[in-house]
Amino acid sequence: MQSSYSVRELTAYIRRMFEGDNRLQGLWVEGEISGFKKAEPSGHCYFTLKDGKAQIDCAMWRSNAQQMVKLPKDGDAVIAHGNVTIYEERSKYQFYVDRLRPVGIGDLYRQFELLKQKLEAEGLFDGERKRPLPVYPKRIGVVTSPSAAAFQDVLNVLSRRYPLVEVILSPTLVQGVEAPAQIVRALERLNQRDDIDVILVCRGGGSIEDLWAFNDEAVARAIVASRVPVVSGVGHETDFTIADFAADLRAPTPSAAAEILTPDIDAMRDDLDRLSQTLDEALGYSLRRQRDNLDDQIRLLRQLSPIARVRTARQRLDDWQAHMTSLQRGRLTLLRQRIEASDRALLAASPQAILERGYALVSDSVTGKRIKSARAADKNITIQFHDGTIEAQVKHD
Amino acid sequence: MTEVETLTFEAAYAELEGIINRLDSGDLPLEESVMLFERGRRLSQRCQSLLDNAELRVSQLIDGDEIEPLE
Repeated sequence: MQSSYSVRELTAYIRRMFEGDNRLQGLWVEGEISGFKKAEPSGHCYFTLKDGKAQIDCAMWRSNAQQMVKLPKDGDAVIAHGNVTIYEERSKYQFYVDRLRPVGIGDLYRQFELLKQKLEAEGLFDGERKRPLPVYPKRIGVVTSPSAAAFQDVLNVLSRRYPLVEVILSPTLVQGVEAPAQIVRALERLNQRDDIDVILVCRGGGSIEDLWAFNDEAVARAIVASRVPVVSGVGHETDFTIADFAADLRAPTPSAAAEILTPDIDAMRDDLDRLSQTLDEALGYSLRRQRDNLDDQIRLLRQLSPIARVRTARQRLDDWQAHMTSLQRGRLTLLRQRIEASDRALLAASPQAILERGYALVSDSVTGKRIKSARAADKNITIQFHDGTIEAQVKHD
Repeated sequence: MTEVETLTFEAAYAELEGIINRLDSGDLPLEESVMLFERGRRLSQRCQSLLDNAELRVSQLIDGDEIEPLE
């Protein structure tokens, strides 16, 4: 016998069937609102979507309903996004709506979503496709309308922040049926030049219809195909366009794009001042080091200089001279002493000295001849003492 | 070496940074370091004057590859 299912098992199975079907998940449904009511206190909303032939019960949780600017009323033509699944307790299938938009604009949103999904799946928005922007761009290509206020905003920001840059406008319509083809052409023309560093695609704020040219597939592809990096600045901060996703960088507004693209000249002045100062210091350092080296060399040179040797030699010479002088002096003293000694000897040998010792000198008074023996003495003699002479007569016995 | 007066801001700025690095690190001969310093001075002045005198130039693409000044 076949085993049976419980009711719960069966409904759970049916629920899984619904939820496993991708076509019933994340889909858009167009219809007219009917029987709209907001339940209190939960805040969830319940309504029916219908067209001439059919209807489906819908539920919208409070969290999603709160995202809406204003709640729909019966009779509104809307486009709703959500998932279809089973409400098991009541044996009924339901459309759980998470986004709800009026038709018309809703249609544009759907196109937007579809195109976004398609290009995303192709990898056109991948992070690794995004290119770095130049830090100091020399030439910025701007794709916009020359009459747009956005263009003037961009020029004002560039003049203030970075007037070194040159702007080349590639003029185009930015709104209307012809705009997408013109934007594509404007991008291509800038890419044909070889002097553009970065491209700014911009347009001021407006309604979703006004901005629609920037949700065009050809525009998105032209941005991705651009050889030169592209920055987008379309609409206001809350506006996101396909062009934004395709660009290398999305700026919230045209002015913000101009800021992102350029360095600030005041910051650059500061940088430059700092750099100049560093340059002075670097030279000072270099010169100081050279001077230190030089001083070392001079010291070394002094040590090795011939002057030093001359000095040493001179000193030695002085020493020798002193030595010689002292030797000489010694010798002279010695000589002098010898002379004095001779002198003394001489004096000691003089006749006067002998007389002083008590001897006397005898000579003949007539002839004056020295008488050296007693036999030679005759009659008159002269006797010389150390203190005088006397005359004497010799008596012979 | 390129004439300082013909250099763009970016080129002059980059060269100035390079000179500082060389003065800072290398054991350069005196003459060379003085020469480098003088060039650095001129580069710095070039950058200053470019900043002082910069005026945004705006032109637009017209037919073909031509551009014409705007305003």
